[in-house]
Amino acid sequence: MSRDRFFKFAVLAFGLVVVALAICLGWELLKNSHLAWSKFGLSFLYTSTWDPVQETFGALPFIYGTLVSSALALTLAVPLALGSAIFLTELAPRRISQACAFLIELLAAIPSVVLGLIGIFILVPGVRAVETMFQVTSYGVGMLAAGLILSIMVLPYITSISREVLMAVPQPLKEGMLALGATRWEMIRQVSLPYARSGIIGAVFLALGRALGETMAVTMVIGNTPKISASLLDPSYSMAAVIANELAEATSDIHMHSLIAIALVLFGITMIINGAARLLIDRLK
Amino acid sequence: MKRTLKILFTALAATMFPVRTLALTTLNGAGATFPYPIYSKWFDEYAKAKKNVQINYQSIGSGGGIRQVIEGTVDFGATDGPMTDEQLKKAPGALLHIPTVLGAVVPVFNIKGASELNLSAEALAGIFLGKITRWNEAAIQKANPKAKLPAAAITVVHRSDGSGTTFCFVDYLSKVSPEWGKQAGRGTSVNWPVGLGAKGNEGVAGMVKQTPNSIGYVELIYAMHNGLAHGAVQNSAGKFVKADMESVASAASAAAKNMPKDFRVSITDAPGPKAYPISTFTWLLVYENNQDWRGAVLKDFLVWMLNEGQKMAPQLGYAPLPPGVIAMVKKTIESVQ
Repeated sequence: MSRDRFFKFAVLAFGLVVVALAICLGWELLKNSHLAWSKFGLSFLYTSTWDPVQETFGALPFIYGTLVSSALALTLAVPLALGSAIFLTELAPRRISQACAFLIELLAAIPSVVLGLIGIFILVPGVRAVETMFQVTSYGVGMLAAGLILSIMVLPYITSISREVLMAVPQPLKEGMLALGATRWEMIRQVSLPYARSGIIGAVFLALGRALGETMAVTMVIGNTPKISASLLDPSYSMAAVIANELAEATSDIHMHSLIAIALVLFGITMIINGAARLLIDRLK
Repeated sequence: MKRTLKILFTALAATMFPVRTLALTTLNGAGATFPYPIYSKWFDEYAKAKKNVQINYQSIGSGGGIRQVIEGTVDFGATDGPMTDEQLKKAPGALLHIPTVLGAVVPVFNIKGASELNLSAEALAGIFLGKITRWNEAAIQKANPKAKLPAAAITVVHRSDGSGTTFCFVDYLSKVSPEWGKQAGRGTSVNWPVGLGAKGNEGVAGMVKQTPNSIGYVELIYAMHNGLAHGAVQNSAGKFVKADMESVASAASAAAKNMPKDFRVSITDAPGPKAYPISTFTWLLVYENNQDWRGAVLKDFLVWMLNEGQKMAPQLGYAPLPPGVIAMVKKTIESVQ
């Protein structure tokens, strides 16, 4: 067999392994959660009682907690990240830009459990102080703290990818715009951002994926209470956190299967979001 | 290139086939986290005493311990809550519960200016049910006539992960409060009516320490380590008792009088004026019939644990088994082979 053909088959096999892994993962999750689906059916997705003693399980509070905390994180992180990426590419002196870019990438390398500790020792007392100021029940931990810690976590991703794609905007385009008499703001708004749009959206979805699946830091600050509450100051719970918390001590089969069903839902949600991101980016190109 | 490969290959081979200098016998166990400090001390000391035996223990939680021992992936398990009949039926052989030490779960609180607190059964259940929401409510104040309790809202902290500690605590609440039994019940994790969840004993201790006007429950040792104030709980004789070696031992000896043969017994809300009401045994799960040499080694360890091991318990915050129970256990482990 020629080397070319060997190489072709080898990489094909590697590619298939990746696909097979994803399929196996989905299959395993489905197989090990079938008790939950057959007992609760789709009501598993929209009921909100989580009672290991009565063996009644509904995943809605966890789905809500995961989605809201991630949305909150993006709401806080996207403007900040985008602003700093624009500053670093368009306005900052080269030296500063490079130093900052390095530091931001360093921020991305902090393990999430360390961020969780920072959350517990700095963020939570801070949130509690604000809550005390407004005379509401001061837990400190809760949805707001989780959103904040997640936003810190995803900030470097969005910043550093956005910076890369903004840097890839061709210089002649920008110079042409400026030559036409545009201000720097108009140049950024009408040339840089539209050109880099798909890359930036990609960065945001990557960040969203990370926020959805984040376990450790979130479980340390979210309050771990499976209740749906409109207030961001109230404690909440996320899908990844409940799995991490309860899997080790899940003694009954149905409890175990319900936790794995939550994993399947999380798997499904991340797939849907990634798929949506793909479609959106393709549409924009 | 060739040399690097060679080195790599040798290194790989070395990791795959560890050089055995000693004929080591290794036993693997997994389970409860609550007795982990004493178990790791025991296995360490036992290995030192016996030279050729090594016991590995993974503290993955009681639930995990029960599951793994049923599946036979470990040689023994460990749990803080006795196995149910249903679970015992699933096991491929006769599984014995061997009590090892006793522990206490204590209510810890963070109230400015208060270091002592008497909690009646009614008050404790009320707080965790979310019916008593302020510290100065009559149900709490009544038992603490001298203390000046704040009008602040109570923040309840409980475990977010399933745990034998939780089982012991809610087992007590279920016994003293019919309403708790109806609303939440007993289990390693329950549907908490109120409160924040924190992971692990250390998580609950940390959260209580940090949050003003909070109350939580932890193993006695964690309250001691974290310098947290823990309350006296009203026992079945109506006395307020703080957890210590004596009060826990007293609860155990009360239970020892009518100890069932399989040792699956709850000693929460034990009788006797000195008994601390939220205490529990913790058990090793051992098969009666074991493969090859394993039974003999296990039996030897269990005997050592009952004779030597018990002496190490108090310094780690556990109460040793009462003499009556030790005698019973010795009889039971004779059947291990």
